[in-house]
Amino acid sequence: MTSMVAHSRGHCLTPELERVRVEIEQHARDYGLDFYKTIFEILDFEEMNMVAAYGGFPNRYPHWKFGMEYERLNKSYAYGLHKIYEMVINNDPCYAYLLECNHMVDQKIVMAHVHGHCDFFKNNIWFSKTNRKMMDTMANHATKTRKYIDKYGLDAVETFIDLCLSIDDLIDHHSPFIERRPRAAEPQDEAPVVKKLASSEYMDDYINPKEFIEQQKQKLEDERRKRRRFPEEPQKDVLLFLLENAPLENWQRDVLWMIREEAYYFAPQGQTKIMNEGWATYWHAKIMTERALTDAEVIDFADHHSGTVAMHPGQINPYKLGFELWKDIEDRWNKGKFGKDYDDCDDYVTKREWNKDVGLGRDKIFETRRVHNDITFIDAFFTEEFCNEHKFFIYQYNPERGVYEIADRNWKSVKMKLLAGLTNFGQPFIYVTDANFENRGELMLEHRWEGIDLRIDYAKDTLKNLYQIWSRPVHLKTAVEGKAKMFTFDGEKHIERKLDG
Amino acid sequence: MVLNIEQDYLRFRQIVRGKIKQDLKKYMSQGELIGKKGKDFVSIPIPQIEMPNFRFGRRNSGGVGQGDGEVGTPLAPGDVDDEGSGQAGNAPGGHILEVDLTMEELAQILAEELELPRIQPKGTNLIKTERDHYSQVSKVGPESLRHFKRTYKEALKRQITAGTYDPTNPYIVPIHEDKRYLSWKTKAKPESNALILYMMDVSGSMGDEQKEIVRIESFWIDTWIKTNYNGVVTRYIIHDAVAQEVDSDTFFHTRESGGTVISSAYELCNKIIEEEYPQELWNVYVFHFSDGDNWSGGDTDKCINLLKNVLLPKVNLFGYGQVESTYGSGQFIRELENNITDIDNLVTSRIENKDDIYQSIKDFLGKGK
Repeated sequence: MTSMVAHSRGHCLTPELERVRVEIEQHARDYGLDFYKTIFEILDFEEMNMVAAYGGFPNRYPHWKFGMEYERLNKSYAYGLHKIYEMVINNDPCYAYLLECNHMVDQKIVMAHVHGHCDFFKNNIWFSKTNRKMMDTMANHATKTRKYIDKYGLDAVETFIDLCLSIDDLIDHHSPFIERRPRAAEPQDEAPVVKKLASSEYMDDYINPKEFIEQQKQKLEDERRKRRRFPEEPQKDVLLFLLENAPLENWQRDVLWMIREEAYYFAPQGQTKIMNEGWATYWHAKIMTERALTDAEVIDFADHHSGTVAMHPGQINPYKLGFELWKDIEDRWNKGKFGKDYDDCDDYVTKREWNKDVGLGRDKIFETRRVHNDITFIDAFFTEEFCNEHKFFIYQYNPERGVYEIADRNWKSVKMKLLAGLTNFGQPFIYVTDANFENRGELMLEHRWEGIDLRIDYAKDTLKNLYQIWSRPVHLKTAVEGKAKMFTFDGEKHIERKLDG
Repeated sequence: MVLNIEQDYLRFRQIVRGKIKQDLKKYMSQGELIGKKGKDFVSIPIPQIEMPNFRFGRRNSGGVGQGDGEVGTPLAPGDVDDEGSGQAGNAPGGHILEVDLTMEELAQILAEELELPRIQPKGTNLIKTERDHYSQVSKVGPESLRHFKRTYKEALKRQITAGTYDPTNPYIVPIHEDKRYLSWKTKAKPESNALILYMMDVSGSMGDEQKEIVRIESFWIDTWIKTNYNGVVTRYIIHDAVAQEVDSDTFFHTRESGGTVISSAYELCNKIIEEEYPQELWNVYVFHFSDGDNWSGGDTDKCINLLKNVLLPKVNLFGYGQVESTYGSGQFIRELENNITDIDNLVTSRIENKDDIYQSIKDFLGKGK
């Protein structure tokens, strides 16, 4: 904490804001929210954009991508397209930022909202393995990178970071929770058996001469050794694999390690976006409407809140979707709309009027926020009734009319589509399957093709970047329009091959 | 504390301008610079660089949305996220934002991109106008111009120093000495005027593509000159075998046929300048676009004479752009270059296709005349 004071750029809360903060925090605790100490700082919009460009942190390693984000935020703020109200980082203590010129009612909403996030960070299982001292770690990453820049030059370090960023999504989101140990023991080596030609006993030495059998045995043995795979199992954490096996300089290994650490830190926020934003929205609505709102603030609150949960026909607003789901879950468990009796009932009116007054809603939402991520959340709670009530649909491109149009309102299709978009963050599954391809130390990656092609030009360039890390030819097995293909970058040129079967 | 991000930002700008790391430029999303043709606004995308990664190709497979409508109801184009999956789980960022830029900003970008020097207006003949700017605060003034915030601040300061400020009952009562008023400052503003005169060959050999080149190029020239002068007048001349003055719409859309007598245009141009724009008061820019296929060598000689002795001494800049046409390009540019060597306000430029426009603008305006 002490080190943070030096980093922190923001200003302390004014006495009035501090009073509001204490009040809101108390409301949040009264409702049962459970969070780390949360520190609010006030930033003007430029500082806000800067911190936002840094992903919420006051300090990151030097890289142009932050400058790019900064320009985007600054311009879109300047042209009134976009305004960041709130930002909070998962850390112990949590840091949250308030925009200096906001109205008091906005600040209240933001504080309530932030406490929702902080509760989620602390209690959701997917965050349980994240580094809670990330603020310090990020600052360390920045310092280390600067040191490397001093020593090896800006171009070398930046170019290497560019390479890393090209593959920083190749991580295994579930690995913090599963011990993916290599199989404990090598399977017993069976001596290769050479098939003999059938012969009667006395002819055997002539039909299957001993020298020939020995020779064949040796050949089989060699082939078996060649075939032995490395890695033994396909590995999804490509970054880890490269860290352990690629011929990198020490500083490069360190940079790659930092990038990977940050990728794992941010991953749960992507995995729980709908839940997390919905949860925070649910709590700001609850705290404001039931406790904190004064009469004079009602209109402004309604305006702000409706902006947060606004719907756009062709997009999903995670705040809205999450918020409505949380309310729906609470309502269903309050009324006992779950379980076999409810599911088996097929009378529309009975189902709608169903109320057993069991009052389990609050317990259920707290339990849900602990154990789910977006995929399991949608899978478990996106029901037919919910889909219809909130008018979800699938849209599709109609080439004849040249427009996107509503294609389907069936709740199962909608749910499938939602889940498909969330699976692996909507990114392709890529594994390292062989690091000694063709016995030449070449790297083989495989894309688990599930019906959608990769973007080929990007894939080729990514292979090229991977080559610079692996320093031997790199291959990617995928499929294009259903036909298996292998793309290779051998250091000079791209090669494309069709694969059979 | 230094804003570290400033360095990242500068680095990014350098990449965008192609000064460093040119290999990243291909990942940059950069739209058409002339977007919508509004009166004063042009929309351009904010440059974004995306590092390549393994990702799905454009799916066109639609996504999930929310709202009213029957199956078959089309969605407004802006409503659809073209990456097309309705992925809520995605991290923020990564798509292009279109913003409206003012002409001024556009010109600034133009200047940065092309490294154009500022034009120096004719020094001796500046017309001065005076304008009032309400940019000051004074202690006296009419009540209607009272600056509430400053007044309040002064009163607050006074009450705090005097110890009469009570935080529990924060009434601030300004007295006469606290009051602050907006006040103005008169600034003399040098005013200089400029005339841009475009001439275009519309003989049979100039096709639509050639006109498009002329249109784009003149748009950028206009933009640049307008930011350097207050009053810019634009005039247009088209010519085949005879020249006539037209409005801008006709200028860009007429297709004549017939031969080419360039001198006819130069004569008309000279007449306009002579009669309406005395050179002591006006900065004159003349641009002529043609495919260079003049009717006869005799006329070319006449043109060169006209330029050397009459036109060039009167103008800041005479730009001749030769556009490649389907019939090949003519001799005119070579004749100009060979015969007029020692006069530096004549600039010639060859524009073979749209990609050359960039360089051509640089040729024309790069001297800062």
